[in-house]
Amino acid sequence: MAHAGNEAVIRVRDLAVGFDAVTVLDRLSLDVFRGEILGFVGGSGAGKSVLMRTIIGLLPRRSGSIEVFGLNLGMAGEKERRATERRWGILFQQGALFSSLTVRQNVQFPMREYLDLSDRLLDEVALAKLEMVGLTADVADKFPAELSGGMTKRVALARALALDPEIVFLDEPTSGLDPIGAGAFDDLIRTLQRTLGLTVFMVTHDLDSLHTVCDRIAVLADGRVVVDGPIATMLASEHSWVKQYFRGKRTRAAAG
Amino acid sequence: MTIRPTLDERLSGERLELAAAGAWTVEHARELEPLVEAASGQRLKGRFVRIDMGSVDRLDTFGAWLIERLLRAWHRRGAQATIEGLPDHYRGLLKEVHNVNLAPPPPPPSYSRIGTVLENVGRAVGNTAGDLVRIAHMLGETTVALMRVLVRPASFRLTSVVHHLDRVGLRAVPIILLISFLLGCIIAQQGIFHFRRFGAELYVVDMIGILVLREIGVIMVCIMIAGRSGSSYTAELGSMKMREEIDALRTMGFGTVDVLVLPRLIALVIAMPILTFLGSMAALYGGGLVCWIYGGITPEIFISRLKDAISIDHFMVGMIKAPFMALIIGLVACTEGLQVKGSAESLGLHTTASVVKSVFLVIMTDGLFAMFFAAIGK
Repeated sequence: MAHAGNEAVIRVRDLAVGFDAVTVLDRLSLDVFRGEILGFVGGSGAGKSVLMRTIIGLLPRRSGSIEVFGLNLGMAGEKERRATERRWGILFQQGALFSSLTVRQNVQFPMREYLDLSDRLLDEVALAKLEMVGLTADVADKFPAELSGGMTKRVALARALALDPEIVFLDEPTSGLDPIGAGAFDDLIRTLQRTLGLTVFMVTHDLDSLHTVCDRIAVLADGRVVVDGPIATMLASEHSWVKQYFRGKRTRAAAG
Repeated sequence: MTIRPTLDERLSGERLELAAAGAWTVEHARELEPLVEAASGQRLKGRFVRIDMGSVDRLDTFGAWLIERLLRAWHRRGAQATIEGLPDHYRGLLKEVHNVNLAPPPPPPSYSRIGTVLENVGRAVGNTAGDLVRIAHMLGETTVALMRVLVRPASFRLTSVVHHLDRVGLRAVPIILLISFLLGCIIAQQGIFHFRRFGAELYVVDMIGILVLREIGVIMVCIMIAGRSGSSYTAELGSMKMREEIDALRTMGFGTVDVLVLPRLIALVIAMPILTFLGSMAALYGGGLVCWIYGGITPEIFISRLKDAISIDHFMVGMIKAPFMALIIGLVACTEGLQVKGSAESLGLHTTASVVKSVFLVIMTDGLFAMFFAAIGK
């Protein structure tokens, strides 16, 4: 594997997750390497979000192990888990901004909880983050209900980046954005990934994102990762679902 | 774990040299800020400052911003500050923060204290008037919707009414029975305890009969229904509003009032008299039980005394109020529900307001009814 020399920041082994009688993930294994943008694709209901939510600890697993920064989260104590949680940021699909707080307070929320900083520094850093995700200072005192879909995603990204995490999980970051907005968001993710040295785990359906920003793509089908590799591997794959997905009608249009 | 960040100063000739080292990261932001503040307050001989970042082993947005803040502070004082020895992979980050926070932050809006008080009073008055207008609107719209149903009975949403009747009527029966029963017990016990001193225990039966049938029965049920069903109406409609379900209904050509409000109101208006009747009976039963056990008034005496003390008028006065109270609770609950804005906080505020306002209006209306019945001599 091309990344064999790199450090795997997330290492999932033989993971099984299910609800009642349904098995969603079945002995899934996946590595995410430091500094890469991994695109994670799969059919609707295949369990992409389930994997993401299991890694970040929102869903229980049935068996298997998840290691993040070399720490087995299943074995880790409360304190170690908390320390790890500070090192990742999550962008939820709907933004999940706190509706009773302003944009500025939303971004400052994790900083206030975890760090003991002066108000001046909190304000400056929050505004800096907002500008880094392409917003202007005048949205800082708005409430989430007053924002457009694209702005909500950007604010949510600024909040995910509040503590300068090393890993960012993005759940369908470009869904619900127009192609121009989605393209801008892709560029933003690329820029931030370069400047901040982020590792990005991106669940997405957006073929353009997969083509333009992802270093590596992992395909989820039948509860496990069936193919992973750069876009060229995807295009060459003979797996029927992968073939349909990357070489279907819509793809050709997207690839131009 | 990580190396503590430092910022050492050295004066070399005309030039101030600063050497940054360690981890300039979020974990150390608290220690870094005073370092940077102290450095930017340094007395300056020449016009040149050099920051050597060669020994910085980690840098993130917090550290980068503090460096940028330092650069800007020197710059404002007319000094020329340069950065040297920065590892290549951090260059982009420093460039990024160089472009942010250029505009001065928007000043927090200032308020005068008296102005704020006056403004709040004004808003409260306006809101109260607005509430009454909105409730009147809702009453009007509901009446129109009811007329439409009368003209075209086929459009009546029977299933929906039955569903809500089950929820606000049938399912409320146990708790209403229990609380009314206990209330009857307490009134009887207190009555006997105090009336005993005058040897007038038997009048307790009069008191229980009149109080429960005329006032307490219906008021208690109203308060419970406002808390139990009114709040759930508000929360339901409010969350439907938040999730654009109400907009969806409207675009399909359905009136919100016809589909959502009218069935709920009808269910409440039907359920309330029944619940009031059941509640009153439970309270009388509880009162009778305590009279027997605690006051030594046997059920035979209690019933014959009750027959003498109360007339059908007392019963009717209580019952006639029930549908009006139901209408008030339903109207307030639905009006508040449709006022909900996008946030979770707004949903909470309106649910609270729904209960508080309907309880207040119910008690005020009860007072008006009391005056009315006194005037017509009932």
